[in-house]
Amino acid sequence: MKILVPVKRVIDYNVKPRVKADGSGVDLANVKMSMNPFDEIAVEEAIRIKEAGKAEEVIAVSIGPAKAQETLRTALAMGADRAILVETDDEVEPLGVAKILKAIAEEEEPGLVILGKQAIDDDSNQTGQMLAALMNRPQGTFANTVEIEGDSVTVKREIDGGLETVKLTMPAIVTTDLRLNEPRYASLPNIMKAKKKPLDTKNPADFGVDIAPRLKTTNVSEPPVRQAGEKVEDVDALVAKLKALGVA
Amino acid sequence: MPISDGDFPELREAVRALCADFPGEYWREKDRERAYPGEFVAALTKAGFLAALIPEEYGGSGLSLEEAAIVMEEIQAAGANGAAAHAQMYVMNTLLRYGSDAQKARYLPDIASGELRLQAFGVSEPTSGTDTLSLRTRAVRKGDRYVINGQKIWTSRAEHSDLMMLLARTAPRDEAKSKTHGLSLFLVDMRDGNSRGMAIEPIRTMMNHSTTEIFFDDFEIPADALIGEEGEGFRYILSGMNAERILIGAECVGDAKWFIRKASEYAGSREVFDRPIGQNQGVQFPIARCYAQMRAAELMVRHAARAYDSGEGAGKAGGEQANMAKLLASEASWSAADMCVQTHGGFGFAEEYDVERKFREARLYTVAPISTNAILSYIAEHVLGLPRSY
Repeated sequence: MKILVPVKRVIDYNVKPRVKADGSGVDLANVKMSMNPFDEIAVEEAIRIKEAGKAEEVIAVSIGPAKAQETLRTALAMGADRAILVETDDEVEPLGVAKILKAIAEEEEPGLVILGKQAIDDDSNQTGQMLAALMNRPQGTFANTVEIEGDSVTVKREIDGGLETVKLTMPAIVTTDLRLNEPRYASLPNIMKAKKKPLDTKNPADFGVDIAPRLKTTNVSEPPVRQAGEKVEDVDALVAKLKALGVA
Repeated sequence: MPISDGDFPELREAVRALCADFPGEYWREKDRERAYPGEFVAALTKAGFLAALIPEEYGGSGLSLEEAAIVMEEIQAAGANGAAAHAQMYVMNTLLRYGSDAQKARYLPDIASGELRLQAFGVSEPTSGTDTLSLRTRAVRKGDRYVINGQKIWTSRAEHSDLMMLLARTAPRDEAKSKTHGLSLFLVDMRDGNSRGMAIEPIRTMMNHSTTEIFFDDFEIPADALIGEEGEGFRYILSGMNAERILIGAECVGDAKWFIRKASEYAGSREVFDRPIGQNQGVQFPIARCYAQMRAAELMVRHAARAYDSGEGAGKAGGEQANMAKLLASEASWSAADMCVQTHGGFGFAEEYDVERKFREARLYTVAPISTNAILSYIAEHVLGLPRSY
């Protein structure tokens, strides 16, 4: 069985994003970029499944600029076997991504597609679900645990107030939640080996997919600055304060 | 403010990710307890970084010295202390170049996997530091053994190492073929050494460096511990010393980057008289100057490393480059250390800012592994052809 792992290059989670002065988006010039953390969890899970002898090959795929090669090399250094970069400098919306992934999945025929539940840049949380719908495949989203048995995969999903267990017949789509696993560091020998692993470069037109945007970003703004709090002496003062503010 | 580094991104990222698990609190505790950062060294080993220079056929990654220098630089730039583990990197080339195939096959795979630690390098003695040729520790051949008698000092990490590269005299100075002849290099197995005539005494120092002195009293080692030919040891360690100086230079560049980043962050955020202190040019300029000095030193270190890798760094040219790299980098890091304390004012002395700890650690490198004066003397005499002073 093959596992396909889509990964996205995003602003590093440690970086505090700055909004561009004209409000057209987040300023990414000279900002550290990394693999989307949820995708890192997806890569880790795919490698663990392979290490458990339940998959033969892990293929990482990224859709984005040439620099997304670095993100793919990270996936290869963690243990993916080969990578595909669908190169474009345009912003690709979740539907476009899902269509490209569908085309790749039809070519590669993976038993599983594992991807992050969302990317931390736009927080769309749509790609996995759209891919499942386009391919008419079962989906297990927000995975907390993933277990493979024969031709089915059991996914414990993180839902409000608990866990829901679903059993899917493969091929299937799984999206990862934060607690699924803790991704490994790439070791030095694996970083060196990753440089020699195959990385194919394609472009969206190769798959006949129209990635023209359907949405228009009208404005991006900084979150409001949080005001300083106020300390009160006792409960009576608190109640009086709340009443004065008209919230109680 | 990030200090941008364009090259070797995946290597740098990997080291940074590992070091992120060992924050300031970890190093402060080790410093306070004067404890060896065993967990950090184990993590470096497990991730394969200490086997960086070991060829792939022996289980390492076969990196160049330049890449190894990037690893050491990033460790220091992350606020960690690579001194706990750098010896294996800098003695490795000596072992690779002059060790026999049998010695390499016997030790390298276990060093690469972390099973064997090669972290001790026994050269200096109480009566011979820079003047290596005057060392007195004797190794006398008796049948299939050598018997060692003498004393080594400033042998760091000896208590945390299984193997030691040991330089000892096999021919008395007046009987040696030439001035530089008569010393031999041994790869010594120190395990259970203390029951066989070896005694390790820790030396407390200004910083947490796990350094020791070692006494040998009829300490026997097998004859096959000899590296290369008897009497040629001094020649063997010379090329290793160039590698060591380049790697130490890279560590100093990393330290300088840490100091400059810390100082910039602090100067940009600390407000006095309702404005950040970094708005004052009296605070800005020393940081900017240190940055320029660090970049210049970095170029020299990388140039020396590339020359070493290409083989151009052999002989006198290599000595010149490695020495200048270490000189400039250790001075850049020490300037940056001093500037960083000054920028922090009183807080620079508070342990929780890590500045005072790094300051103490950075001070070492204008003294060791070779002092600034000895480098200047080398340049004056061997590069510029000035009259010899000793």
